[in-house]
Amino acid sequence: MSSGPFPTQRSGTDASGMRGLCRDCFAETVVAPCPRCGHGRIVRHAELFSLDIAHIDCDAFYASVEKRDRPELAARPVLVGGSTRGVVSAACYIARMYGCRSAMPMFKALKLCPDAVIIRPDFAKYTAASHGIRALMANLSPLVQPLSIDEAVVDMSGTSALHGAPPAVVLARFARDVEATLGLTVSIGLAPNRLLAKLAAGQDKPRGFAVFGTEAAEVMADWPVRALPGVGPALERRLAGHGITHLGHLGALDDRAALARLGDDGPSLARRARGEDARVVNPERDTKSVSAETTFDTDYSTIAELERPLWRLSEKLARRLREKELAAGGVVLKLKTARFALRTRAARLPGPTVLPDLLFAAARGLLVREADGTAFRLIGIGASPLMPGYTADRGDLADPHAARRVAAQAAVDKLRKRFGEAAIGRGRGLPLPRRDG
Amino acid sequence: MKLKADRASLIKALAHIQSVAEKRNTIPILANALIAVRDGKLSLTATDMEIAVVEEVPAATSRDGATTAPAITLYEIVRKLPDGAEVELEFAGGDAQLLLRAGRYATSLVTLPTDDFPSMTAGQFPHHFHLSALALRGLIDRTRFAISTEETRYYLNGIFLHAAEGDDGRVLRAVATDGHRLARVEEPLPEGAGSMPGVIVPRKTVAELRKLLDEATGDVECALSDTRIQFTVGNVQLTSKLIDGTFPEYERVIPRDNEKILRVGKKDFAEAVARVAAISSERSRPVKMSLARDLLVLSAASPEQGTASEELEGDRVKYEAGPLEIGFQARYLNDITDQIGGEVEFLFSDGAAPTVVRDAADSSALYVLMPMRV
Repeated sequence: MSSGPFPTQRSGTDASGMRGLCRDCFAETVVAPCPRCGHGRIVRHAELFSLDIAHIDCDAFYASVEKRDRPELAARPVLVGGSTRGVVSAACYIARMYGCRSAMPMFKALKLCPDAVIIRPDFAKYTAASHGIRALMANLSPLVQPLSIDEAVVDMSGTSALHGAPPAVVLARFARDVEATLGLTVSIGLAPNRLLAKLAAGQDKPRGFAVFGTEAAEVMADWPVRALPGVGPALERRLAGHGITHLGHLGALDDRAALARLGDDGPSLARRARGEDARVVNPERDTKSVSAETTFDTDYSTIAELERPLWRLSEKLARRLREKELAAGGVVLKLKTARFALRTRAARLPGPTVLPDLLFAAARGLLVREADGTAFRLIGIGASPLMPGYTADRGDLADPHAARRVAAQAAVDKLRKRFGEAAIGRGRGLPLPRRDG
Repeated sequence: MKLKADRASLIKALAHIQSVAEKRNTIPILANALIAVRDGKLSLTATDMEIAVVEEVPAATSRDGATTAPAITLYEIVRKLPDGAEVELEFAGGDAQLLLRAGRYATSLVTLPTDDFPSMTAGQFPHHFHLSALALRGLIDRTRFAISTEETRYYLNGIFLHAAEGDDGRVLRAVATDGHRLARVEEPLPEGAGSMPGVIVPRKTVAELRKLLDEATGDVECALSDTRIQFTVGNVQLTSKLIDGTFPEYERVIPRDNEKILRVGKKDFAEAVARVAAISSERSRPVKMSLARDLLVLSAASPEQGTASEELEGDRVKYEAGPLEIGFQARYLNDITDQIGGEVEFLFSDGAAPTVVRDAADSSALYVLMPMRV
């Protein structure tokens, strides 16, 4: 972190009470270009120097790491992911200009951008880069909660005295330090709570710095409901059925109306639509559970329908655990009924595992008891308690084939690494044959 | 139905069967005992649909017939009668109540029809053999502590009983494991057991059978099919469903070439383990065994309460291999040493590998323990 006194030129405030900061020399200014350094990256907001929850998101993380390590690709569109049969894990900003997005099938991305350079993911490299960024984050505040390999939220309240500068300045310096030491760029959202910080971080990507304050509810009112984290296509359709297409409609519902029209989740949804969020930043939290879930397009009720998505989620969970160097000591099955009632069921595993088969088998055992004809709209699987990764799948006296299963999974991983995620999979992951008539 | 029996014989039989009768009271008939007099012989039966116990009771019978009445209530009533009392039971048939008289005491109990009482004893048992009560006790006592209570691997919730090839010929083997420890005990193969399928006898059945064996001498008759097993101990017959599952290929986890051998007196060792482990109230804390030539140091540490250690050396310990450190849960060590007579033999490979434990003077039992990180 750089030192030096926090600059206090009077150009930092304008007549309307707006405050501003130069993101290159950290001078306080509302006018651009910066009178001190001449750069034009000025962030302005009336509450700029009083907000203290920051959401930090790396820009096109995997692709940026690859570009950093192969400078000759700097000006070329880069897609990280499997071969033509796989999906895009990350698309650089040049590829995004062609319409390529992450999670898009690779062949489709290549159709949009035939010149793209495809790079197979190297998770060890990304994990190392992520650790580098985390190390810098640790200087910001003790309250850092990593949300994924390339995202974290930081509570910087009460750190001004320590840093000798308000959070906005410290974060601008942090972004510069990440660029200088790791060759990667981040986008920062600064706001009064986690939800608004996350939304802000998405406003100015890449290499962004955006601020959300008391004006948030008004601004958000015009946004489509999909802009709210947690609203997927299924919920969007359901809300549309109630005539709710914009966050303004949703935010206008008081708790009672939201409950009556949208069920148990209604009030919290409406509050979030108004930009309210009471979640605290908890540095322990991300290590308490790792999970994966999906909302269905149509409700499912039979085991045959439910176990397919469950298997795919089991694979996803296994992958996430391995990425985080963790293992599952037990599984938690999460179901949401068509009427939005949440059911969670947990089972302890005989020993820690990261194998999708064992996660699936344990969760399926729980699922069988719940699949009583109830229609479900969502299924999820989580790992809890979490154990250190090195304890996974060591087998025990009642499990003489542990080594064999680990070897089989390693073979699958190797094939996927070479040929993409879709290169090999279990039959149970395939879609159900359509019933005729 | 009408009969007279003395309190002592009746209480013994009721004690056996009431522990099998269903206590959760979900299906009322399962809380009842079937009381039947057929061809002048009195039998009492209870079942929870997994296990059925039928016991013949000496009685003076004067009329055949059968009914069912609450097993636990009957047991409590008979238990409270004075020693030496003569108990008279009478059931008129139909939906009449069961009358019980002893001296000047009389009670009448609500009955349920015998037709509703499930039968578990019908059907064929193609495999038969005899085993002494002593041998069966040995198979159970030396394995049951290792039975798992884990629900996910339900096939570990019992003793795996099967015919196998031992070091000195064919044997009847009992194996139990919870993944952390494994117990394998064998008896010479009884006649008739050679063709039996490998079966997993559920934990509750093992517990009920073991109670019956307390008082038994002589032989126990064992009969089994692929799905059920029946033990006849004296005048008691216990029939049980088997666990429908595949027991792990346990032979693959028994180390064959552990070469570091420790011999230590059972009493010295077990007492030292208990003393050292007393430092921690946490049951899963390991006791560390540090070995050097003819020296064993047992130690344990608890972050809250401190540390403890004890040395065993000289003529109390025989160990000639290189230095070794390994940790085990104290309770697991004591569960095993409880089954061993004079001298315990450990066969180690290294500090992270499964360890074999056995009675130095008895090759019929073998135990495997997974070490803990220390």
